[in-house]
Amino acid sequence: MSNELLKIKNLSTSFRIGDEYYAAVDDVTLTLNKNEVLGIVGESGSGKSALAFSIMRLHTKAKIEGEILLNNQNIVKMSNSKLNKIRGDEMAMIFQDPLTALNPLMPIGRQIEENLFLHNKKLGQQGRKERTIELLNLVGIPRPERVYEQFPHELSGGMRQRVIIAIAIANDPELLIADEPTTALDVTIQAQILDLVRELKEKIHAGIILITHDLGVVAEMADRVAVMYAGQIVEIAPVEKLFANPLHPYTRSLLNSVPTEGQDRLHVIQGVVPTLKNLPRKGCRFAERIPWIDASHHEENPELHEVESGHFVRCTCYEHFYFPDNKEEQANGVS
Amino acid sequence: MAFLEVKDLQVYFPIKGGILNRTVDHIKAVDGVSFEMEQGKTYGLVGESGSGKSTTGRAIIGLEDITSGQVLFNGKDITDKKTKNKAFRKDVQMIFQDPYSSLNPRKRVLDIVAEPLRNFEKLSKKEERKRVQELLDIVNVSPDSIFKYPHEFSGGQRQRIGVARAIALKPKLIIADEPVSALDVSVQAQVLNFLKEIQSELNLTYLFISHDLGIVKHMCDNISIMYKGRYVEQGSTEEIFENPQHIYTKRLIAAIPDINPKNREEQFHYRKKVLEEYTQSYDDYFDQDGLAFQLQSISDTHRVALPQKG
Repeated sequence: MSNELLKIKNLSTSFRIGDEYYAAVDDVTLTLNKNEVLGIVGESGSGKSALAFSIMRLHTKAKIEGEILLNNQNIVKMSNSKLNKIRGDEMAMIFQDPLTALNPLMPIGRQIEENLFLHNKKLGQQGRKERTIELLNLVGIPRPERVYEQFPHELSGGMRQRVIIAIAIANDPELLIADEPTTALDVTIQAQILDLVRELKEKIHAGIILITHDLGVVAEMADRVAVMYAGQIVEIAPVEKLFANPLHPYTRSLLNSVPTEGQDRLHVIQGVVPTLKNLPRKGCRFAERIPWIDASHHEENPELHEVESGHFVRCTCYEHFYFPDNKEEQANGVS
Repeated sequence: MAFLEVKDLQVYFPIKGGILNRTVDHIKAVDGVSFEMEQGKTYGLVGESGSGKSTTGRAIIGLEDITSGQVLFNGKDITDKKTKNKAFRKDVQMIFQDPYSSLNPRKRVLDIVAEPLRNFEKLSKKEERKRVQELLDIVNVSPDSIFKYPHEFSGGQRQRIGVARAIALKPKLIIADEPVSALDVSVQAQVLNFLKEIQSELNLTYLFISHDLGIVKHMCDNISIMYKGRYVEQGSTEEIFENPQHIYTKRLIAAIPDINPKNREEQFHYRKKVLEEYTQSYDDYFDQDGLAFQLQSISDTHRVALPQKG
């Protein structure tokens, strides 16, 4: 298909602890189309950032298996020099913390020009400056000529995040990965940044992977959503379907633990997110957090099942899942 | 008589400068804040970073020096340094934001939770241990783990140990400064449920400081919105969310992401509209220095910072 921008096949990213490798991303298969926003949701330790870093090949010591095809070029097998060419050009990343992602000793203008210089040799000094000012304008920074000369510490958090976005989109990337782009920001600034990303999507026609733990952000931004738990994708669906009809127990638990109207008690997921070393590698990984569900309802080797077109769920336990404090559903679920 | 009354609280931080390092100016972190609290209720304090919400909380409990103003607890002024008010120290406790840095990594859970007990109550070793185990039981941390160190616990468990420490002396008021913002969604739910439970059990009053309006809406009876050291609006949770009067409050509410993807476009346009209104009517709501005006009552409980009439 020509519309496919990124195709990830059976990707596993493992880290070494002691003498053994443990997979933080375990057999993930995904596609991202052009012009699409794919949200990846999960708690800390679910492997969502490890996945993003794998796509950019930013891990230095991880073992990466499987295929990551960006426009049919395999990133996993790519040489470093080739990688340096496409990083920042074809694919770019927006980092979480706008304070640490910028060089404190370099003026804003030069940090953006650096990316232009590396990937667009045709542009002269004057051209680069013009493009930089244009980019600063595009991300909504007032008085770009002034900001061009300023240093990161002179800008507020929201403005810094805009600069990071400007660097990321400098060379019109086809793939943009945003790793918790608004977590460090205030709500009003978050809203501005999200609106900005949405507007940019229309302008630069990039495919965007948006990684976040905030379900509200996903609901506002994404076209499709993948929910990750313990290194695996447990559910993937178009955004309306996922919020209207969440199926996997983890997705449902997550949605129920966010405060909404007229809710007195929030749902609490039993137990804790397993650490990388203690991940249950066999069977349904969420099983131990829903112990009231009979073990026979889980699959031995849980796979993604297509329930509706485009809506995939891992394991069959969702068919029998109910919340323990909901008697009605309990009756339905068991029958 | 109000349970806790704060009158015209001001906290200024000096800016030092010049050759002699003299104070050249002040940062007005909290600039004239007044409110009252009743026992057994939850009061939300919302604002962006730098709005002075944490400073307000810390000033009440005595972690920041107050520049001027009064804090009356059961009618007694507790800002007066001459009268050492030991009872107040016991009655007001704090839960901190980051469960990773608010517990001493070199102390055992027993010592962490027992510290307030050791300061105020003379208990034998045996009694002390029993009390600590009871407290851990209340917060759903296994009482057997009293000899463990903080690093052996998850974020949610740590935060609950912090809560156990805060409730050790049976306080009346707890100041919770962003108690869940460092936690994952599911753990967040656990801590919030738990705070609600012990509130009804111990008749606690909370001052709940947060930037997350969704959580504040869930937890609080009464909400105050703070901006640049001043209150811009104060009212019951319903009044703030259903009938926001100040343009800044409106903007904050519009910025909350909607969990229903169907409202996406609507929300996007609504936010644009509010932002437009905000820029247009900015001068009507803020003075020349960009600060909020004095609060005016518009109903018994609802107060908004609007310019003086006439």
